[in-house]
Amino acid sequence: MSARAEFLLRLADTSLILAQQLGAWVGHAPAIEEDLGLANVALDLLGQARLLLTYAGELEGRGRTEDALAFLRDPEEYRNLALAERPNGDFAQTIVRQFLLDAYQHELFGALTSSSDARLAAIAANAARETRYHVRYSGGWVVRLGDGTEDSHARVARALSALWPYTAELFDPDPLDESMAREGVAPPLADLEPGWRAAVGTVLSEARLELPPTAAYRWYGKRGEHGETLGHLLAEMQYLQRAYPGATW
Amino acid sequence: MSDVRWPLWEVFVRSRSGLEHRHVGSLHATDARMAVEHARDLYTRREEGVSLWVVRSSEITASDPAEADALFAPARDKVYRHPSFYDIPPEVKTL
Amino acid sequence: MYSQGLDQPGESPAAAERDAAHEAHFLARVAAEEKIEPKDWMPEGYRRTLIRQISQHAHSEIVGMLPEGNWITRAPTLERKAILIAKVQDEGGHGAYLYGAAETLGAAREELIEQLLSGAAKYSSIFNYPTPTWADVGAIGWLVDGAAIMNQIPLCRCSYGPYARAMVRICREESFHQRQGFDIMLKLARGSGAQRRMAQGALDRWWWPSLMMFGPSDADSTHTGESVRWKIKRFTNDELRQKFVDLTVPQSEYLGLEVPDPELAWDEASGHYRFGSIDWREFHEVLRGNGPCNRERLAARRAAHDEGRWVREAAAAHAAKARA
Repeated sequence: MSARAEFLLRLADTSLILAQQLGAWVGHAPAIEEDLGLANVALDLLGQARLLLTYAGELEGRGRTEDALAFLRDPEEYRNLALAERPNGDFAQTIVRQFLLDAYQHELFGALTSSSDARLAAIAANAARETRYHVRYSGGWVVRLGDGTEDSHARVARALSALWPYTAELFDPDPLDESMAREGVAPPLADLEPGWRAAVGTVLSEARLELPPTAAYRWYGKRGEHGETLGHLLAEMQYLQRAYPGATW
Repeated sequence: MSDVRWPLWEVFVRSRSGLEHRHVGSLHATDARMAVEHARDLYTRREEGVSLWVVRSSEITASDPAEADALFAPARDKVYRHPSFYDIPPEVKTL
Repeated sequence: MYSQGLDQPGESPAAAERDAAHEAHFLARVAAEEKIEPKDWMPEGYRRTLIRQISQHAHSEIVGMLPEGNWITRAPTLERKAILIAKVQDEGGHGAYLYGAAETLGAAREELIEQLLSGAAKYSSIFNYPTPTWADVGAIGWLVDGAAIMNQIPLCRCSYGPYARAMVRICREESFHQRQGFDIMLKLARGSGAQRRMAQGALDRWWWPSLMMFGPSDADSTHTGESVRWKIKRFTNDELRQKFVDLTVPQSEYLGLEVPDPELAWDEASGHYRFGSIDWREFHEVLRGNGPCNRERLAARRAAHDEGRWVREAAAAHAAKARA
């Protein structure tokens, strides 16, 4: 698989895994309106994933469709950011995970609208619009929960503390990131960090939360290094296609 | 245990520039920002709107149906408010 | 806006006369196909019947998110996953529209939900059946939404304005629900042997419960008379059930699937399909709480409600701080 295709997978897989996680909430959210809100974000992310997967498959040139890539790759072939596969947990954990990644995608898709790859730029333009709303939605909830009751504040603080170490991967460039930056396909990751820190800092401050200390340990989901949860998530997601190989649905 | 109440809001959607906002229903939310987001997710999934108004239901004053007669019937006999009341000779154009 | 300045039932001869006059006027308006709006005078029975019916409908939509929601994480393609999320999202939206309509009559959503979770309120029995296979998702869209549409279209002309308007909205959204279900069944029916068997199995499981959705036979229905006079109910249970069978059997024939009714036969004389007897014992058992999934459905809704309480309280607390 070419470098560019692999880079597209990183974007696609992050959106796909997030969508899959949010999908599990529909019918179980704290209020009907949040069932709809979370479903809305899930649908946007799924749409992004589909466009990116399709493009990656075409670039790869082995005839793999969006579904072949989604349902027939093993966990170690997935390239999502590790943060995306952290478990749903309670609503605090889900919404903090979502907010940290929404803020990231906001910077990333925003920058990708000027990608030297025209098709990626077009996908990013659409995604950037969606992500503006996602940040607003998830950020609003982080504030409400952080500056709500003592209990909600404690839950959000716990979630933030548990998830923060996974944000290191977001801005840690590896050779693939660097080559995409050199080609003008993607922005240098370092360029995204100030905007992200500012946006996240503002929301956390309104939520009366402290920025946790930087963690030393780094996870590289984008290189296929995953924990144990992704296996379960994909087993569930891929079950029908694996059980009925070659079937049309 | 009785549940905390989220206030009721009424939602008005304008479908296109130049048209008026129309009442489409209600929803529950705790603040105006949430109400706009809920209204967007609940009432505009199929491109039904370009603009939303949300108002707390408690802020709306509705006319009392018991007063409908006094409020609206008197307009009935003021037919001279309607252009069709007037017989303009056909030779006179554009009136 | 919706707090009712309701007339109290008459205690004096003058008040009784006034109520009788109001009621006559109300019935005349309904007969003339005028819409009754939230603050209009209405008989207490009309208001109570509507709150019961609308909230039951709302509860059904919310509980109805669960059997199909069960397959969101396992949908077999990304497109099917997107479609299913959108459909279940719509159902949540329908619940919201309907609770909103009930609230225009003076009910509070929190109390209605409490009635559902305590088991005091009913919801459509159909959602107490499981979705063990992907084909069940197709069958629900095709049969259950098909039956629901049949019930719902007449409700668009119901006499109570907010309910009628909510139903118009719901019906517009519902038509894709049935189509996507039929499309799932079509792909399965034209697929592998295992897929065809999956589809037939789902039809076997969902056919009779779908017929039961239309409620008891007319002879056994208690509420019908009043509801018809008040133009809340526009067709009888049996009329709608027959219409559903007549429309759906040709669809199953197109799919190449067999309706699980040995007595099903086209009757040339009447121009309708004759069909076998419904097992009303099963219907009543499921309504009583002894269906395959009643406990799971309520448990899931209770869990969502209980586990979400801290979230709802936090939002309210945050808003209160902002206003202070």
